[in-house]
Amino acid sequence: MNVATTLPGCTKPAAGPQRPVLRERGQREVFCGLTGIVWLHRKMQDAFFLVVGSRTCAHLLQSAAGVMIFAEPRFATAIMEERDLAGMVDCQDELDRVVERLLARRPDIKTLFLVGSCPSEVIKLDLGKAAERLGARHMPDVRILNYSGSGIETTFTQGEDACLAALVPEMPPSPADTPQELLIVGALPDIVEDQFLRLFDQLGIEHVGVLPARNARDLPAVGPNTRYLLAQPFLSETAMALEGRGARRLDALFPFGAEGTTSWLWAAASASGVDEAHFNAVVAAGRERAKRAIAHARGTLAGKRISFLPDSQLEVPLARFLATELDMEPVEVGTPYLHRAHCARELDLIPPSARISEGQHVDKQLDRVRADRPDLTVCGLGLANPLEAEGLSTKWAIELVFSPIHGFDQAGDLAELFARPLRRRDVLEV
Amino acid sequence: MKLSVWTYEGPPHVGAMRVATAMEKLHYVLHAPQGDTYADLLFTMIERRNKRPPVTYTTFEARDLGKDTAQLFQDAAREAAERFKPQAMIVGASCTAELIQDDPGGLSEAMDLPCPAIPLELPSYQRKENWGAAETFYQIVRHLADKDFVRTPREGRAPRANILGPCALGFRHRDDLVEIRKILDTLGVEVNLVAPLDATPSDIARIGAADFNIVLYPEIADEAARWLERQFKQPAIRTIPIGVGATRSFIADVAELAGADPTPALGDTHSRLPWWSRSVDSTYLTGKRVFIFGDATHAVAAARIASEELGFEVCGLGCYNREFAREVRAAAKLYNVEPLITDDHLEVEEAIAAAAPELVLGTQMERHIAKRLGLACAVISSPVHVQDFPARHSPQMGFEGANVIFDTWVHPLVMGLEEHLLTMFREDFEFSDANGPSHHAAHAPRKPSEAQPAPEEPLVTAHDGAMWTDEAQRELKKIPFFVRGKARRNTEVFAAEQGRAQIDLDTLYDAKAHYAR
Repeated sequence: MNVATTLPGCTKPAAGPQRPVLRERGQREVFCGLTGIVWLHRKMQDAFFLVVGSRTCAHLLQSAAGVMIFAEPRFATAIMEERDLAGMVDCQDELDRVVERLLARRPDIKTLFLVGSCPSEVIKLDLGKAAERLGARHMPDVRILNYSGSGIETTFTQGEDACLAALVPEMPPSPADTPQELLIVGALPDIVEDQFLRLFDQLGIEHVGVLPARNARDLPAVGPNTRYLLAQPFLSETAMALEGRGARRLDALFPFGAEGTTSWLWAAASASGVDEAHFNAVVAAGRERAKRAIAHARGTLAGKRISFLPDSQLEVPLARFLATELDMEPVEVGTPYLHRAHCARELDLIPPSARISEGQHVDKQLDRVRADRPDLTVCGLGLANPLEAEGLSTKWAIELVFSPIHGFDQAGDLAELFARPLRRRDVLEV
Repeated sequence: MKLSVWTYEGPPHVGAMRVATAMEKLHYVLHAPQGDTYADLLFTMIERRNKRPPVTYTTFEARDLGKDTAQLFQDAAREAAERFKPQAMIVGASCTAELIQDDPGGLSEAMDLPCPAIPLELPSYQRKENWGAAETFYQIVRHLADKDFVRTPREGRAPRANILGPCALGFRHRDDLVEIRKILDTLGVEVNLVAPLDATPSDIARIGAADFNIVLYPEIADEAARWLERQFKQPAIRTIPIGVGATRSFIADVAELAGADPTPALGDTHSRLPWWSRSVDSTYLTGKRVFIFGDATHAVAAARIASEELGFEVCGLGCYNREFAREVRAAAKLYNVEPLITDDHLEVEEAIAAAAPELVLGTQMERHIAKRLGLACAVISSPVHVQDFPARHSPQMGFEGANVIFDTWVHPLVMGLEEHLLTMFREDFEFSDANGPSHHAAHAPRKPSEAQPAPEEPLVTAHDGAMWTDEAQRELKKIPFFVRGKARRNTEVFAAEQGRAQIDLDTLYDAKAHYAR
């Protein structure tokens, strides 16, 4: 899977022995990839996500959303029933029927994702075939794609990875003689995306595409002259698909905090031939603002010990941000999956005292949390209240996925997300 | 395949989790892929439980399929038995594991576990959450009850009852239980056991010691109660004490089985609903149209209270759990409405819009529907959300439950004199009915936004194409929003019956006279 190559001009990750990683397997307290639909369906305004699965899948989607987003969501579940499994009806025919009904009711849908689930994967329901057949019928009005968000294959944010990877073959080719293009990869909140695009514009980088685009039908082009910048650390399949189209990755820290964002922007700027003085002039204001905003949380967070339980794969870059910019001490940094190449620079900046763990055996991991007694534990919703009841302060990991946290102007908000539970603990007298 | 956006019930293994989580010293080993652990948050977040549900998920992945998923199950079961030392385990499969047919029951039987392991067969592709809870509770009772138990004779001791049904994630189960215990205490009835809530497997063993069972939530406990009836000759009380009348019947039924005097319990001076409802201030509640939807038990109880104890008019009644549809059909006959038995929330939304009620009593689904339609609403049944687990004591059952219900249902409505003032001075720019009831902004129905035109006011009606004149349309808008839907509907039905092609001012007022009450 290690496809990322080091580009000329980029710093090679430090050579030497790789830091040890504790790999565990057992019960995992994480969402499956279907959960990504909760933000993806809002990001791509002309897309609809149809999960082909069980009642459990439907129940997960409405529970994971926390509160139900009752503006009619652009997702639904085709719930398989006994007759589908017993072969009394043909699943493909049933799927056709459900899709026809859906498209008739929602003529605004321009891209339909058929999303595979654990049960559909286990019975080997071929959604690729279904997408092809239905696509032939509905193109050009509706493009029909498929990916799997099943728990047997994907963990939480890997659902977005699978979805974006499914979009890559649909991106128009950019010819070999076009000028170099920059591609930002990963779903970002609209406001953050706009901030980045403004910065690239000020830097003088002309051709900037975004994957996913706000309209799934406006996909940017890709080709050998594409340089892509990952905005999220969990996009390994998408990266591989882009490499397959000839695009090359720009290595950088992920854009969290003043330093992470600077590194990320510089990777784009230097690859686009922007000179350093101009770069510094453009980013100086934002960088300073970020530092000022972060400083508010420093008093609460500096010197505090923090453990991350695996959730979104954001754990490694966030631990780096907290360690380098807020002087926190990461105790354990757990991640469901560690992409060594994409996170190489991040790992180098995390103090060697921190335990990096990949995968999960939740009971053993909780034993370690109880032994470590960190000041703050970042974990999923199923674990937060039980740990609070044991006297351990927690931060809901899911909020890190559902809030704007990237870039200079969100750095203060990101720090505040970690500071708030600690401040709250101090303020309460009950 | 069934197209679904929101569901009223989760899969049956979530029902099993509700039973396991309610109990103590019981552990659930669930053969399931990664991701099914989402269900933990229902308990830790919505119900704010301070412990993880006692569930071990085997967490198999794609690469395990066809290789060693059975081994994975056995390892997980052994580890769970060792770590949690439960008195008993329940073992089963989630929807995906059901497809790979590893047979958790057979696997655990072959393992020589240190505690009994009760196999669960919960067909995920046919059944749903409530059924799963009922089946799980039944299997636990059937496996763990000491079948040789012989009850001591009744002479010389207090009568004993089991309270069956209170569960995790139940709508106000915690508080209902307090009220039921109070009633039993007054009647001199001892509680042998409450289950599943807070019961251990060894408690269940002595379930046969009770003289009779009280089935508080049939959706969860009825199946077990029927088995207990046969096994231990324990009669069951199935009167659901929600509402003043039902609470009185419940007290009478328990007193009869226990051979106790019901008078002290019936004379509870804290029962305020009857006077609150009779006091003149409540006159304005008369004939308010309510649409009721929820689980069958709560929906039927709500309909009786609405009709007999608050003087509302039931204009719609339904439930999402087909297993109990018969009860809802029978009740719907009483109120002369078409029973709505469906788990499709879009169908419920259509029915509510068509009925044009002034108050919706439902689940959190109906709360969202009511918000969209700009209608007042109160929650009466699961599925519920975090705000339906209040910090304060807030029962539905017993006389105190009826007090709570009076407050909860009346609160969202516009109050008596305000209702009149709004009708009289529609044009007052500071006193608009679009603001909703003045006494409680948070519960006030809001008008749908400008961008999303209200579905209740099309120019051409769906009934027969009778056209509203501009003048009649303007007059209709002078009627406050909380009765406007009813007025519009009545007028259109009247116009259709009279064969009038056009609805003008006269038609509007003729209809008003026709429906005058």
